[in-house]
Amino acid sequence: MKFGVVVFPGTWSDRDCGWVIDQVLGQELTYLWHKDADLKGCDCVILPGGFSYGDYLRTGAIARFAPIMEQVGEFADRGGLVWGICNGFQVLCEAGLLPGALIRNASLEFRCEWTNLLVERSDLPFTKKCSDRDVLRVPIAHGEGSYFADPATLSRIEQQGQVVFRYCDAGGRVIPGANPNGSLHSIAGIVNARGNVLGMMPHPERCAEAELGGTDGLKLFRSVAENAFKVLVS
Amino acid sequence: MDERRLREVALTPDEYRVIVEKLKRAPNELELGMLGVLWSEHCSYKSSKALLRRLPSTGAGVVQGPGENAGAVEVGEGWSVVFKIESHNHPSAIEPYQGAATGVGGIIRDVIAMGARPIALLDSLRFGPLPHSSHHFEGVVAGIAGYGNCMGIPTVGGEVYFEDCYTSNPLVNAMCVGLVRTDQLVRARAEGAGNYLMLVGADTGRDGIHGASFASVELDEKSSERRPAVQVGNPFLEKCLLEACMDLSHTDAVVAIQDLGAAGLTSAVAECAGRVEGAGARIDVGRVPRREQGMTPYDVMLSESQERMLVVVRRGREREVETIFQAWDLTSAVIGEVTDDGQLTVFEGRDHVARVPVRLLTDGAPMRRLVGLPPEPPYGLEVEALPPLADAGAALLRLLASPNLASRRGIFRRYDHMVGDSTVVAPGGDAAMLRVKGTRLGIAMTTDGNGRYCHLDPHLGAQLAVAEAARNIIATGARPVAVTDCLNFANPDRPEVYWELEEAVAGLAYACRALELPVVSGNVSLYNDSHGESAIYPTPVVGMVGVIDDYGKRLGAGLRAEGDFVLLIGSSHNDLGGSEYLKVEHGHVAGRPPALDLTRERAVHRLILSASQSGYLHSAHDCAEGGMLVALAEACLLGGIGVRCPAIRPERPLRLDAAFFGESPSRFIVSVPSRAMPEMQSLARRHNVELSLLGLAGGAHVEFEGQLKLSLSELRDAWEVLIH
Repeated sequence: MKFGVVVFPGTWSDRDCGWVIDQVLGQELTYLWHKDADLKGCDCVILPGGFSYGDYLRTGAIARFAPIMEQVGEFADRGGLVWGICNGFQVLCEAGLLPGALIRNASLEFRCEWTNLLVERSDLPFTKKCSDRDVLRVPIAHGEGSYFADPATLSRIEQQGQVVFRYCDAGGRVIPGANPNGSLHSIAGIVNARGNVLGMMPHPERCAEAELGGTDGLKLFRSVAENAFKVLVS
Repeated sequence: MDERRLREVALTPDEYRVIVEKLKRAPNELELGMLGVLWSEHCSYKSSKALLRRLPSTGAGVVQGPGENAGAVEVGEGWSVVFKIESHNHPSAIEPYQGAATGVGGIIRDVIAMGARPIALLDSLRFGPLPHSSHHFEGVVAGIAGYGNCMGIPTVGGEVYFEDCYTSNPLVNAMCVGLVRTDQLVRARAEGAGNYLMLVGADTGRDGIHGASFASVELDEKSSERRPAVQVGNPFLEKCLLEACMDLSHTDAVVAIQDLGAAGLTSAVAECAGRVEGAGARIDVGRVPRREQGMTPYDVMLSESQERMLVVVRRGREREVETIFQAWDLTSAVIGEVTDDGQLTVFEGRDHVARVPVRLLTDGAPMRRLVGLPPEPPYGLEVEALPPLADAGAALLRLLASPNLASRRGIFRRYDHMVGDSTVVAPGGDAAMLRVKGTRLGIAMTTDGNGRYCHLDPHLGAQLAVAEAARNIIATGARPVAVTDCLNFANPDRPEVYWELEEAVAGLAYACRALELPVVSGNVSLYNDSHGESAIYPTPVVGMVGVIDDYGKRLGAGLRAEGDFVLLIGSSHNDLGGSEYLKVEHGHVAGRPPALDLTRERAVHRLILSASQSGYLHSAHDCAEGGMLVALAEACLLGGIGVRCPAIRPERPLRLDAAFFGESPSRFIVSVPSRAMPEMQSLARRHNVELSLLGLAGGAHVEFEGQLKLSLSELRDAWEVLIH
């Protein structure tokens, strides 16, 4: 399995994702420079966290115009695995590869803390190592991670089962007190209808080793690494 | 010379006479401006240099001591830790968000300039009481978050205290820690005449002109008019600058890197040349990329525009370097070259606009001989006259809810403290710890300083800061290796302030020598007064770094297992002077700070390190402000486990309030699994350290039989008062 990690100027979880892929999992890794229009034969493209282009306009709003993004779009259309984490999720929404948008946290503050995620789809290439209703402990680190969509979109993604992760308490109950940012329906991560483009605000690359406080993130990386779906990529 | 003009550049008539004498002519406007900024206290340390020489700066692991952009210490397996703390007090008083943000940006560049990748940030903050000072507090925290989070460097520690004396003069001290292969350490020395000077990063604007001079005078009503002297930060640009500078390490085209901070280009070029005997520099301000039109050479030379670096490049290799910066869409321009004439010569195109000997700029400022006079010692405290402790539980709740002791979670969750995948001890306990990837090494780091103690006794207060910082490091299982210090004081022209400075530096030196800790970098911030009054407490802040060979043996502050024995290590005395208990319960800042015996302190350090290496400990937490009971409550709250203890019956003359809330140093709260108790007891005997069993971990209460019983949720509600 070959992972490609996109590097925009201002990206910073590129190296953390790279560390997990390369050093923790021993998978093939390449970095994809934003100015390049070449995915280098990757089976899964990760758009990592950070403040791409400083996020001075709107998170992810400039990154979608980077040369690499055209390739990422085509790759997604062909069924390739695209995984946006934090800022990457914001970029995917801006690029129209995922519905909805991420707005300022309800607290109006940046939040870096551990959250619990209820897994609602364990049939995806990203979550095969999880079970339905699993609770994953994964940290967040964002100022603009409140998921928002208009009512029609929201009900569509709910009906089509596109919500992959919801913020919950340690017991798996989706309650307002467990929602760290005011996301509608406590949404922490969604997938496109086809199931090959995942966006999530929490950082699985920060919990792939016990010394960092947990290993639940590894389940997601392992799911992708041992993926039978790669045959979908033409 | 016009006195008003001299005041503008913060020079005295005497200093002006020295300049004329050395130059053998009157300086022109530009030269005067350049000398003014470099001779400011902020750059020249003219009031403090003689004192700073007293600090020990050498030791076994020291790779780079003071005098460079940051200090460096070897930590093993070919790695060195690079670190420094620096103040940004004056700008933060005027414009809290940008002042704090650019303080963070500046200290990061100091570490980058050493060729190191910054791995962590810490911030030591002081404000006036809330809610009055909440605009300072909120702005500074937001500025730190805004800059550090965008950079992708975790902010993992620091401290914050609230006290009346900081109302007009908040303190913002930012520390950055970086990692570099020891053989790749870069020094900012302008070697090799003919090599090129390249300016990279942001374009130069008019922002921050006279910032260094501004930082070297007292604040007054007109200070807010100085807002243009506060720079504006662009963390995104700095992130690109960081990555580009890391890419530079793959080439040998670079001779030196120097941060542009206070006093901008003037200081960067002069310092870089000043570090090499006989070196000079010739620069052309016409080649400096600019943000604004119509800038004079004066504007360009004195601008403090952020996110700029000076790179000394081997002649003929400039294309290579340019290509690296281009990849990150950064501007770079050759603006001059290194010479061997010892002069800093400035041209604008063909016009020669300034020429000053480098050494006159860097070392020419006449050292000021200030006089210290101890103030009246008005701060007596009759401990025996204090009313006895009425209700220990109620006092504990009030102390936990004191803004000086309350949980900092509401602050550090606004900082990204996890990015980098290296934070193995998160903020919230004593020191934070980051691992060095690819090794088992852990780097512990902390800041500490207690202005109240220093106000009551600056010599002892400074010693206590060193000792407590060391205990913070040791509580994680790491051994302290080196110190960086930030000396925040009021106007040293006042004899009692200079006396405080002298005493505090002597105290720092004494404690650092006793604990064998070299001071490898630091910063001095004077003139922290307003309107000629309301001076801050003398506030030396100690930043400390420690190492553990195997981070698998690290310790947290919170209790870990039910049934563990909870012990107090070290002995308690009637140390209520300067305590938080005295302030919160009795409304006094008075008495003598706790006595410190550095021999005993070392014995306690050895015991804790030896016990943690042997695996006897499940947790360790420093007893600090608030005393034993607050430390115990914190250990319970952090671990989510209560403790059951028999009543405390202190032996005379120890008072019950001092036993619970006294701030005797050299103490820890540790938890020990029952099977390790015999070994722990004999180890304590061997180190001749007092060990007392407080109780057993377990349940959901903190209980001293018949004296207090509070549930963890009650305690947490009080402790988390700052979290909204």
